Amino acid sequence: MKFFAPLRNRANMFTALVMLIFAITPFVAPLIGESFYITVFARIMIWGIAAVSLNLIMGYGGLISFGHAVYLGIGGYTVGILAFHGVDSAWIQWPLAIGISGLVALVFGAISLRTRGVYFIMITLALAQMIFYLAISAERYGSDDGLNILVRSDFGVSFFSLEDKMTMYYTIFAVLVASVLVSWRLVNSRFGMVLRAAKSNDTRVQSIGLATYRYRLTAFVIAGMMCGVAGLLQANLEGFISPDMMNWPRSGELIFMVVLGGMSTLFGPVTGAFVFLMLSEILASWTIHWHIIFGPFLVLIVLFARGGIAGLLTRGTRRE
Amino acid sequence: MDYVLLTEQVLNGFQLGIILFLMAAGLTLVFGIMDLVNLAHGSLFMIGAFVGGAIALLTGSFVLGVILMIPAMLVIGVVVEMTALRTLYPRDHLDQVLATFGLILFFNEAVRLIWGPEGLVVPLPDWLDGIVTLGFGITYPVYRIAIIVVGLLVAFGLYLLVGKTRIGMLIRAGASNRTMAGALGVNIPKLFTLVFGIGAVLAGLAGLIITPITQAAIGMGEDVLILAFVVIVIGGIGSIRGAFIASIVTGLIDTLGRSFLDVLLLLFLPANAAESAGPAVSSMLIYILMAAILFFRPQGLFPPKGAGG
Amino acid sequence: MSEAPNTSRPEALLEAEGLIKSFGGLIATDNLSLEITRGEIHAVIGPNGAGKTTLVNLLAGMMRPDAGHIRFAGRDITRMSAPARVRAGLARSYQITSIFRDFTVLENVMLPVQAAQGHSYRFWRPVARDASLIDPARALLERVGLGARVDIRAGDLAYGEQRQLEIAISLATGPSFLLLDEPMAGMGQEESQQMIAFLRALKGDYTMLLVEHDMDAVFALADRITVLVYGKVIATGTPDAIRNDPAVRKAYLGEEEIA
Repeated sequence: MKFFAPLRNRANMFTALVMLIFAITPFVAPLIGESFYITVFARIMIWGIAAVSLNLIMGYGGLISFGHAVYLGIGGYTVGILAFHGVDSAWIQWPLAIGISGLVALVFGAISLRTRGVYFIMITLALAQMIFYLAISAERYGSDDGLNILVRSDFGVSFFSLEDKMTMYYTIFAVLVASVLVSWRLVNSRFGMVLRAAKSNDTRVQSIGLATYRYRLTAFVIAGMMCGVAGLLQANLEGFISPDMMNWPRSGELIFMVVLGGMSTLFGPVTGAFVFLMLSEILASWTIHWHIIFGPFLVLIVLFARGGIAGLLTRGTRRE
Repeated sequence: MDYVLLTEQVLNGFQLGIILFLMAAGLTLVFGIMDLVNLAHGSLFMIGAFVGGAIALLTGSFVLGVILMIPAMLVIGVVVEMTALRTLYPRDHLDQVLATFGLILFFNEAVRLIWGPEGLVVPLPDWLDGIVTLGFGITYPVYRIAIIVVGLLVAFGLYLLVGKTRIGMLIRAGASNRTMAGALGVNIPKLFTLVFGIGAVLAGLAGLIITPITQAAIGMGEDVLILAFVVIVIGGIGSIRGAFIASIVTGLIDTLGRSFLDVLLLLFLPANAAESAGPAVSSMLIYILMAAILFFRPQGLFPPKGAGG
Repeated sequence: MSEAPNTSRPEALLEAEGLIKSFGGLIATDNLSLEITRGEIHAVIGPNGAGKTTLVNLLAGMMRPDAGHIRFAGRDITRMSAPARVRAGLARSYQITSIFRDFTVLENVMLPVQAAQGHSYRFWRPVARDASLIDPARALLERVGLGARVDIRAGDLAYGEQRQLEIAISLATGPSFLLLDEPMAGMGQEESQQMIAFLRALKGDYTMLLVEHDMDAVFALADRITVLVYGKVIATGTPDAIRNDPAVRKAYLGEEEIA
């Protein structure tokens, strides 16, 4: 099988470049005196993981969830709350974070997926807000000021510690690669076919004997868990959790990253997260009022570049 | 049972409901008629607060601020509709969500540029700043009564406008079947602009009349917006009557929940659990209600009827 | 609705008993009873507004009747969901072509094959290399006449080919019964002839309920015909009997003469 054939696609080349940058930064950045890029890219990669998880249900499932950031919060808060109570072991924290994310996704999905279209958008938003307000009201765990996490998740082995900057960075990198891999296999599997077909023509899928609701719910849970992983990584990286991890503008930003990169493409969410966040950084360094440029920029992307970066890069090389 | 507190909170709930209704009415009209999901409706709320508040501070008269805010919001609404939103009507809802989200960022930043990050404090005129006695030992701020009265007047006005006037008939025709209305010669673009303008004025009014109580702040529209969306989803999209009922119910449940839920929970839970669970659950209460309603009636309480939706 | 007493005839594969369905004040299905014998092609005809599509939707499970029962292979399926009916062997095709436009022709048929096999919760193996899906799909597409078009995007097919694909998707679920909602819809003379020949070739392997306007097709294919007017059955019988039935003639007065 030609492994490098996909790279001839310009969009994939761009992604490969981005991934390469991610891979070499911890070595190159200190050499050029810009060590802070390690943290910047670690953050971007975490958002990339969250965006990949959203793309699963949005790009391939057609489910526009405006509450996906809530799973970042759930993953992060599980780790944070456990750490607060003295439980530092990753072997307890991480499975719990993933499990609770999945459980919440199951409940929220079961409710939301009974609706369609804009009702779905609104109900996912509202349910996420519910958790957001819950976090704010939790005075014990910092309320809206947030909570510091003093110790990163401990794997209990001396050769692997997240306290080491490089280990933390490459763990995030590995999870990003793994999430793209999982996404790739999922989308092309039997399950993925059902999901994509249901996005294209839901009634027909039902009239060939498949209860689409269940498949969507399964996808919703998988996406929730994957995003929960991003959340627990974020809590570890930043050493801090707050309700703002899961406010609704965050969910909006996630949607944007997916659309910007190219919805329902495999690598789109990664490039989308990269471009979105790098652009924010650059604009923010020019002026504190960068939102005034960013806002209309997003509007223009929606109006004129609906296929996102992937669409722009592949335009002309292949008829859609 | 503290009846004074209960009455006070019921009135507060009513007042919150009125504010929500002013937001929800515009939102449900725009969504019902133009099929446009407008996240920037909350920005109109904020703009009304700042523009009206600025006028009030400049002229020294709150009432003048309210009066002049109306044409100001109408102009702003029309400009926004004609420049940014018109291109979104034929687009799918995702595009509309994203584009209007971009507008929110723009408006929040624009307000920050003009008025700074601190927001505006808009003081009440003395004649509205009193307490009135309602009997049975119950007192209530005059201003909040004024809000309720204004809100009910607006609701009544909307009812007359939509139900009894020619324009209202055009609006209802557009809501029921846009293509048909267009084919019958109704100037659809003008109608849409008008409806959006009305929505902008209502949102601006809601934003302005709440500022003496809560202050004008950047991003103030977003929280109200989400509640307003919950309201129109519960009430049924396109239905003003549904929006009214759902708004009042939502306002009452939210307010009474916050005040009395911990008392209620004490019946089931030990004291310290009730005390911590109280505020947590009460802030979630309205969303639990929405989830419950949508579970049994995914189209809301008063679902839209007819074709063209 | 209570469970229906089992009074079905052993040869009847699909039975409808006293079906009633109304929309607001409009009665679309008026105490309709119908019985399809195993192996036959049974046509349902009637003027516009007769409630033919409503009947298909009721039988397929997209709608629930207000009253009445439906039995399939002796089993009461009135409360069964649409996907469950398909899994039981009752497939339908759509009057307005309903395919997966962005998938290839092959993928369009691989999916119902997959659905019939029942293993859709597989998350890892790529479907593109799954011979257990590809081979049956190719075989079916050859049979339907689309063998040369398997890698074309379904939305790019000609209209007649899309109608063929429509039927292929229904066949791929391995049903025993086919509910065909106006398979000739929008077809020209030559395409119709091909479709008629194809459906005739299916006889024996499948029992069919054929809802149609095209009278050539109906009289070429049907073993028995039921005539529906305003949701009511006014006659059921062999093509000859229907041709000569005075009530049927009256219903079609002003419409084209039944040949």
